[in-house]
Amino acid sequence: MNGHRRRHIRRAELAAAGAFLLAALGAVGFAVGYAFGAQTQLEGVALAVAFAGIAAGLGIWARRLVPAGGHVEEHGGFASPELAAEALADRVTEPGRGWRRGVLVRLLGLAVGSIGLALLFPLRSLIAPRLPGPTHTLRHTPWRSGGLRLVDTTGRPVRADEVTGNDIVVVYPEGHVGAGDAPAFVVRLDPSRFSARPPAAGVGGIVAYSLLCTHAGCAVGLYEQGTGQMFCPCHQSVFDLLAGARPVAGPASRPLPGLPITVDSSGFLRATGDFSSPPGPGYWSRP
Amino acid sequence: MIVRRLVRLLDSRLRLSAPVRRAMAKVFPDHWTFMFGEIALYSFVALVLTGTFLALFFEPSTTDRVYHGSYQPLHGKTISAAYASTVELSFDVRAGLLVRQAHHWAALVFIGAILLHLARIFFTGAFRKPREINWLVGVTMLTLALLNGFTGYSMPDDLLSGTGLRIAYSVVESIPLLGGWLAFLLFGGEFPADQTVPRMFFAHVFLVPAALAGLITLHMLILVRQKHSQFPAPGRNEHNVVGSRLWPSYTLRTLALFAAVLAVTFALGGLFQINPVWIYGPYDPARATSPAQPDWYVAWEEGALRLFPAADFRIFGYLVPSPFFPGVVLGALTFLALYAWPFLEARVTGERTAHQLLDRPRDHPARLGVGVAALLFYSVLVGAAADDVFARLLRVPVTSLVWTFRFLALGLPLAGGMLAYYLARALRAGSAPEFAELTRADLHRGAKDDRVPGDGDGPPAARIEVWQEFGLVWRWRYVEPTGGAKDLELTSNIDYPSEQEAAKAARAAYPGVPIGPGRPPPGLELPAAPATRRLGGPLARVFRLAAWLVVLRAVRRSRSR
Repeated sequence: MNGHRRRHIRRAELAAAGAFLLAALGAVGFAVGYAFGAQTQLEGVALAVAFAGIAAGLGIWARRLVPAGGHVEEHGGFASPELAAEALADRVTEPGRGWRRGVLVRLLGLAVGSIGLALLFPLRSLIAPRLPGPTHTLRHTPWRSGGLRLVDTTGRPVRADEVTGNDIVVVYPEGHVGAGDAPAFVVRLDPSRFSARPPAAGVGGIVAYSLLCTHAGCAVGLYEQGTGQMFCPCHQSVFDLLAGARPVAGPASRPLPGLPITVDSSGFLRATGDFSSPPGPGYWSRP
Repeated sequence: MIVRRLVRLLDSRLRLSAPVRRAMAKVFPDHWTFMFGEIALYSFVALVLTGTFLALFFEPSTTDRVYHGSYQPLHGKTISAAYASTVELSFDVRAGLLVRQAHHWAALVFIGAILLHLARIFFTGAFRKPREINWLVGVTMLTLALLNGFTGYSMPDDLLSGTGLRIAYSVVESIPLLGGWLAFLLFGGEFPADQTVPRMFFAHVFLVPAALAGLITLHMLILVRQKHSQFPAPGRNEHNVVGSRLWPSYTLRTLALFAAVLAVTFALGGLFQINPVWIYGPYDPARATSPAQPDWYVAWEEGALRLFPAADFRIFGYLVPSPFFPGVVLGALTFLALYAWPFLEARVTGERTAHQLLDRPRDHPARLGVGVAALLFYSVLVGAAADDVFARLLRVPVTSLVWTFRFLALGLPLAGGMLAYYLARALRAGSAPEFAELTRADLHRGAKDDRVPGDGDGPPAARIEVWQEFGLVWRWRYVEPTGGAKDLELTSNIDYPSEQEAAKAARAAYPGVPIGPGRPPPGLELPAAPATRRLGGPLARVFRLAAWLVVLRAVRRSRSR
């Protein structure tokens, strides 16, 4: 029994020693790997081996070489005796006792509360440098100035004869490529298939719509030519371009806003004004 | 020798012996579910360590610049500094990719561990009085952890996270009356605003981690003050804590766990690619990836957004957009329910006494049912966040999957919660020790709540033994016959200067158990009978003498005060 136990302990000590040595080897491996610019995988494994060695060594030590369990500690209870709690409450409320002191306490509360409220005002500065508030900004996009040419994502103006029915062309207002509320797309459709008039003027069969989903603002990027439908990859809303971009499936409630376009004398597409309604997701004061 | 000298050096300045010896004797209950919180803590440490490294290389700015790093597909492209620096620290900073991936994995483990910890606390009723106070701290930490996870993966300004940020912005914007202003205040203007990334960075590396560090400290201070709760078992009651002592057993164990968490973090970070932003490309409001899934811990919100139908409506001409309900109301209700649960339960059960013993999950079938239903509900939402992936794998239209998930989200929690409720009642009422041994009779009993009466033995024939060690200090032990070969023996975690104090502590831990004199454990008798010693030899004798002197001095010191 005794010899057996001693062997058991000896084995555990050896195992822990081996684990610590392995940890040191792992650390050296990481350092060497780093120095020679090794692969991420090697560095990760080396560090993992180092920490795993320490974990194993300490774990063996804790489980096999020190006594565990078998101890008890008294719990003195959670609350003080009633009188002691009362004494504390007395002591805490001492400075504010009496009605005059009570008034003082309330006035102090008023003072501190006023400062707290006053300090909320600078929060307005968080809307960077004195921009107009959201009510105005959300309603308008760079298209608003009218007459802007439609350019693709590289900034090249789009000609009407380049727009086909095979795929959409993502467009921005000229000079505003990358503007968050402005992305739109143009596509050529057969007007005889329209079941509802597009919300904004098109050119022949070319229609332009906001690219932003009216649900949560993702780019409605997937076009299915046969059905004339646009899919949003985020929450799977579907918009029917043949029916004025009406939502036909998914969580979107409102159609994609249309962009009124025309063709200028050089054959380039131009917007004649802003979207038929604010683009993107809904908000409280959205008209 | 160095450690001994250090201890003396510190003690001669700080008078450490008594408080440190008491702290080292603190008893921790032995149960594996008590490790989840520690895993969360050590993941947080891993996050701080790896995050500090990353913060030195990340540029929190959306200012455009030309990328000249070693990732060829982006070479010469004009991209934001945030995105460019993320790609650079992945490919051009040595060990950068490892640390970045380890950081991301640690975040996933962190929140997973918090949720497991929360589930353990919930199902065992550990949140009951007096620990509601720490439950509030814990739920606050969960919200902060979720927030920091989200800002962390949104900062690189890549296409996937940018799309997620766009959705988050839209959700904030959907709040009635205040939405537009709130979104502008938080994000710094209409999306995508230049201010957003720097703000997220400051919150991610300073505000939220500082708050978390403060709350972790508070969490642990309350924990130490209130002591650990424990599962009911022989020798454990409402007036004690049974388990292993902090030194050396728990110190070794918890350090082993710390090292294990770091090992797993770096193994994951080294071997498993995560968030390869260079594949997604830079954020562009006109592009979106498909499929697009967020990190798992925000997926429930994403799933809810996908399942909730188009339900915009207007009040007095003002719009309430449908993302408001799954995005804001669901999240608010979730955390409100979490915060309020301890108080709601106390109200319903009318139970307002302080608890030291935990429930087994079966002891409280209604709580178990609610918890299982909630877990199922949020799991279905997480699954729904990948409905496009399932649609592709199963070759079914995504719209029919949405309907399936809608039914599951309502039906599965109901069915699962009811099942858990009745099984718990059957386990509580019958005599089956575990789920696999439930019989039909137990189920009937459970349905009628006709409980099998307990053994009715009354209190076990236990006793307390008090003895003196080294002729100086006193200890006590609790002995309870188990019916087996060996009695249950639990020894006091500290020693006492007098027999009276030892007996007082024993009475506090085991009210009503008779106290009598006992013999010291065999290894601790004074070196009077060397013939009976197992460990002979001069070395062992010197060691024992040294130990004896240490105790002698410690006791003298504590007496001289």
